[in-house]
Amino acid sequence: MNNHSFLFYGVVYLLATVIMVPIAKKLGLGAVLGYLIAGAIIGPWGLKFINNPETILHFAEFGVVLLMFLIGLELNPKRLWELRRPIFGAGTMQVALTSAAFFCVGKLLGLPWQAALVCGLGLSLSSTAIASQILSERALLSTDAGKSSFAVLLFQDIAVIPILAILPLLGAVQTVGTGEGDKISKLLPAVGAIVSIVLFGRFLTRPLFRTIANLHLRESFTAVSLLVVLGISMIMDAVGLSMALGTFLAGVILADSEYRHELEANIEPFKGLLLGLFFVSVGMNIDFGLLISKPIFIIYLVLGFVTLKFLLILGIGRILRLNFGDNFLFSTLISQGGEFAFVLFGAAFTQKIFDQETLAIANVTVALSMVATPFLLIFFDKVISPRMNIVPNRPADEIKHDRNTVVIAGLGRVGQIVARLLHANKINPTVIDHNPNLVDRTRKFGYVSFYGDATQPDLLHAAGLEHAKILVVAIDDREGALKIIEFVRRNYPKVIIVARAWDMIHVYDLLDHGVTEFERETFSAAVSMGERVLHQLGMTTYQARRMGLRFKHADEVMLQKFYEFRKDDTQIISTSRQAKEELEKLFEADELAFAKQRDDGWD
Amino acid sequence: MTLQRKVLIQFAHPNIQRSRVNRSLLAQVEQLPHVTVNKLYETYPDFFINVKREKELLEQAQLLVFHHPFYWYSSPAIIKEWQDAVLEYGWAYGPEGDKLRGKDFMMAVTTGGGPQAYQPDGNNRFTIQEFMRPFEQTAHLCGMNFLKPFVVHSANVIAKEDLEIRGLEYRNLLENYLSIPLSTREVTSK
Repeated sequence: MNNHSFLFYGVVYLLATVIMVPIAKKLGLGAVLGYLIAGAIIGPWGLKFINNPETILHFAEFGVVLLMFLIGLELNPKRLWELRRPIFGAGTMQVALTSAAFFCVGKLLGLPWQAALVCGLGLSLSSTAIASQILSERALLSTDAGKSSFAVLLFQDIAVIPILAILPLLGAVQTVGTGEGDKISKLLPAVGAIVSIVLFGRFLTRPLFRTIANLHLRESFTAVSLLVVLGISMIMDAVGLSMALGTFLAGVILADSEYRHELEANIEPFKGLLLGLFFVSVGMNIDFGLLISKPIFIIYLVLGFVTLKFLLILGIGRILRLNFGDNFLFSTLISQGGEFAFVLFGAAFTQKIFDQETLAIANVTVALSMVATPFLLIFFDKVISPRMNIVPNRPADEIKHDRNTVVIAGLGRVGQIVARLLHANKINPTVIDHNPNLVDRTRKFGYVSFYGDATQPDLLHAAGLEHAKILVVAIDDREGALKIIEFVRRNYPKVIIVARAWDMIHVYDLLDHGVTEFERETFSAAVSMGERVLHQLGMTTYQARRMGLRFKHADEVMLQKFYEFRKDDTQIISTSRQAKEELEKLFEADELAFAKQRDDGWD
Repeated sequence: MTLQRKVLIQFAHPNIQRSRVNRSLLAQVEQLPHVTVNKLYETYPDFFINVKREKELLEQAQLLVFHHPFYWYSSPAIIKEWQDAVLEYGWAYGPEGDKLRGKDFMMAVTTGGGPQAYQPDGNNRFTIQEFMRPFEQTAHLCGMNFLKPFVVHSANVIAKEDLEIRGLEYRNLLENYLSIPLSTREVTSK
């Protein structure tokens, strides 16, 4: 690809998705189907903008890799261990049963047994990309259906490794050595790679991230995040393992680290774009020529494939004792063929297990089965879900307890005190700060704290703001605070904002943004100091406190009045000038407010 | 007897600088060696009572005095808060709540109205003792002897000389508490 065509492809891809995805979402088809349609439109069978979809598919597979890394970040080792039984139980069952079934079908259709076996194995795999996209889009990861499908997908990802390894044994051309010694020499680097990823993740990433974080350069943190993921993928690829599995592993290891949210925020946009590209290239790869020449055959094949796979998984769901609604969702989520099938079939073609026609038919079947998933999902939403009286969008209970209901942005002089008060009341807030040393230290005291720039929208999102009840904006940056508030008001209107205000002008800005819960950072302390002065001048402590309280109250009333007055005032005056005028007004108003009042009731 | 018979005055006036009568009364007793004056409004301007400290003060005293103006036929707000916070179940009353048992309790109050106002045919329709029933029962529940209240009437208009006399009476009362056996002192009956 030269520069020109790269630009051209980029524009075509972005344009197609920008147009198709919102349309698909509007029609209730989901984003995945939107991408697939966009791909079909711009691909070789549509408007012919792009004629080498395989290259792009290969590049876009990286989206799946990033996705697995992000999923890993959501699953710390403890949760993963809890899932061990579904992974190996349900996973083995699903892969074995579906492989066997499709092997038989393949034989019946007259394929040689090697090809039938590859078909069986390949078709047993499901699309991690599609299923996890739906899982995270609908927050299903902690539901029974979500857990089961995720466990099966994870097992499939692991199963790909031995499947790819035995492929050469089936091949007509015995080019690759298959001796015992050769196996061991292949196994060793694989084990070595996994061990080094675990060790690297456990011991080296945190100091590395801390060093980079201390530079306070956002770009370098993004670069390092991507470097870690890409590096691991490269190593895994080099030793012949699944890149997705490697980055998933790295994600799991980093799931407990304080940099989790920052990593999530950094990788997320790349993942989104690449995964979109992946779906688009799947759409482009649909061989419509085949569909046109043998439409009935292909349609039967796709329907038969999806129906059989769906029914088999439904049976497994019964064994797993899922209720019908969950089971239907579970079966829907993994009823399609997966991206690994393309890889596997491609390899089978090079090994001469598949001929050209089998490859094309198998690929188009898988691609079209992916298109079927969103429709099955629509069926679930419209028909099954209302009858089962279950809410598929119900937020995950298990996620809830690990996402706190209070998020504090900024752990400086103000945020620390808020956090301590909450902590003393057994409320552990999620804390975000851009000082890595501070974050480290607070973690030692058991705080849930994360490193990052709280003014970055994606980090706020990653910190779980959608599940939060309250956001405390305590950062030491008045403009940054407004930036956060603007973003949160727009995207999470339900979150209550409690803000640190600087002065009256800042209060006006906060009120302009609809924030009513705020404290001027120095105000209470200054009033208390004034009370101490009054007391030292001879006023009793209680009287001094009452004077302070009265002053505070009068000031609040005044603030509101000035704010309303200011709204009517269309004149634009400079901020410093404004501040000066406010001060003069304040002194005048204080005199008035106090002149009339006396404590006459007491004697 | 000895200085063991200590007196704790819980003094409550939200603005003592404006109260001539209470300033004067307090001045008479403040310096007595066996008397501790605990100015509640000064110590707890936020109404956040240090219960532990208050209990320690109570344990050291034999006589507890509530000294305050008679607001709305009762005490200023902080006395109520003090009662609610300090007189805990299991400590002041209830099973094992015997920490105050056998101690003496006295009200020392100033009123705006004269003595005639606190009569069945007066403006306030009830006697001081009747208004004090909640305090009397509180003392009773805690096993304390409710002594005859010390009352200074007509606080807004009382003459300087009269105020002086009442102050000395107050002082004598607390000084005599050191020597006069409990049985001979006046105890209001129910």
